[in-house]
Parts: sequence; structure tokens; C-alpha cells
Amino acid sequence: MLDETNVKSMSIIVTKGTLDWAYPPFILATTAAAMGLNVTMFFTFYGLGLLKKDLNLKVSTLGNPAMEMPMGGMHMAMPNIMAALPGASALTSAMMKNMIKKKGVASIEELRDLAIEADVNMIACQMTMDLFEYKPQDMIPGLTIGGAATWVEAATKCDINLYI
Amino acid sequence: MADQVLDAKGLNCPLPILRTKKMLKDMPTGATLEVLATDPGAVKDFEAFCRTTGNELVEHHVDGKVYVFTIRHSG
Repeated sequence: MLDETNVKSMSIIVTKGTLDWAYPPFILATTAAAMGLNVTMFFTFYGLGLLKKDLNLKVSTLGNPAMEMPMGGMHMAMPNIMAALPGASALTSAMMKNMIKKKGVASIEELRDLAIEADVNMIACQMTMDLFEYKPQDMIPGLTIGGAATWVEAATKCDINLYI
Repeated sequence: MADQVLDAKGLNCPLPILRTKKMLKDMPTGATLEVLATDPGAVKDFEAFCRTTGNELVEHHVDGKVYVFTIRHSG
């Protein structure tokens, strides 16, 4: 067993709240925690929405020409002009969620639960809470509410600091 | 024969690792866990997981499309 002084640690600043961007921080946080690291996640701006009790995450191909969906053995990208149409984002999100299920990829809700279970320290940005008018009762319990200084203090002690 | 078996077939990264960690946590030191996975990335990942956590990767092999790992809980 590693003693307390040898424990590695990681912090992640989570700034984006779409379905696709929600994956990297939660995958890395849960995996690092499983590998024995102390993990801190700081949720700010659009990333803060990932801490809401009810998640209904969406993905958009708008302004994202690199996004291709596998389709009948090929890959399809959606032109921006179509991605901007009403319902396009809902359609793309439904396709993505379907793909996620079929390929045995965890849902964000599942990864978030696993992160909580693994004692990942989650900090909700106070300024963003005020800015977007989120109430503490809209968010999952057990969060630390803090600001930049809270993250900076945590980050000075971390071996890995990521901004996603 | 391993003491316990974890069927992680069909699961994608990082679930096989997360489920493995969860099972190892409740197993006594020295006990062995056999993990079955179909994620090809699992090979590199289980090596890295074991090196970092100090658990022993006793053996791993491929059985058809299934990757089989034997891990001794020592981390």
C-alpha cells in the first residue's frame, strides 16, 4: 500500500458542458481515482451544468466539421447549414446516445456517480453559480462551492493539472 | 483458478478498469481476480493500472476475442 506522502494527485478544470466534452474530464477523473490518485474537479462556465441533478446533455455538429458519425460502414459529417436547422442538435444527440449505449460506453450520469463514489472532490464555481443563476438545490449534493483561489490552492499540490 | 471473476465483456474504456478497482477493493490482499474484457485497449490499460497501483498482473492472454487478465490484489 502506498503511504499518504506518495499519493499522486490530479486536478481538472471543466469548462464545457456538451455531451461530447463531458466525457474526457469524467473518464480521466474516475480512472485516476481508480489508480489511487486524489482527484479534484473544478466546474466553471458551461462545465458547471454537468453538476445539475438532472442532466439532458446535447451535442451539436455546428461549427465542428471534424465530427463524423459512422453510418453504414462510412462516416458522415453534417454541413453547418443543416446543423443550424431546428431539431438537428436533438437528432445528433439522440444518434450519439444510441451509439454510446451500443458500444458499451458509460453514460455521463454513470461516470459522475462513479466519480462521487470514488471521493472525487468536486468544486462548483461560485461566480458561475451567480452568473447563470443556478441554485444549490438544482445541483447534486456534496459539492464544495468555491472560486479560483480554491482551485489554485489545490493545483499547487497536484502532480497533474488539466484544463478541458 | 482465480478467487473471483469479473466479466467486463462488451464494456468500453474506462469501465473495465473502474469495475476491476471496485472488486479488488473488497478482496483480501493476495487474492486473485480474473478479468474478462473485449476492449482491445484493455491490454495497455491493465498493464498501466497494475504498475501504478502496485497490484500484480500475474498473467494475461487472449482467448478468441476475449482478453483474460489475472491480477493479484497487492496494491
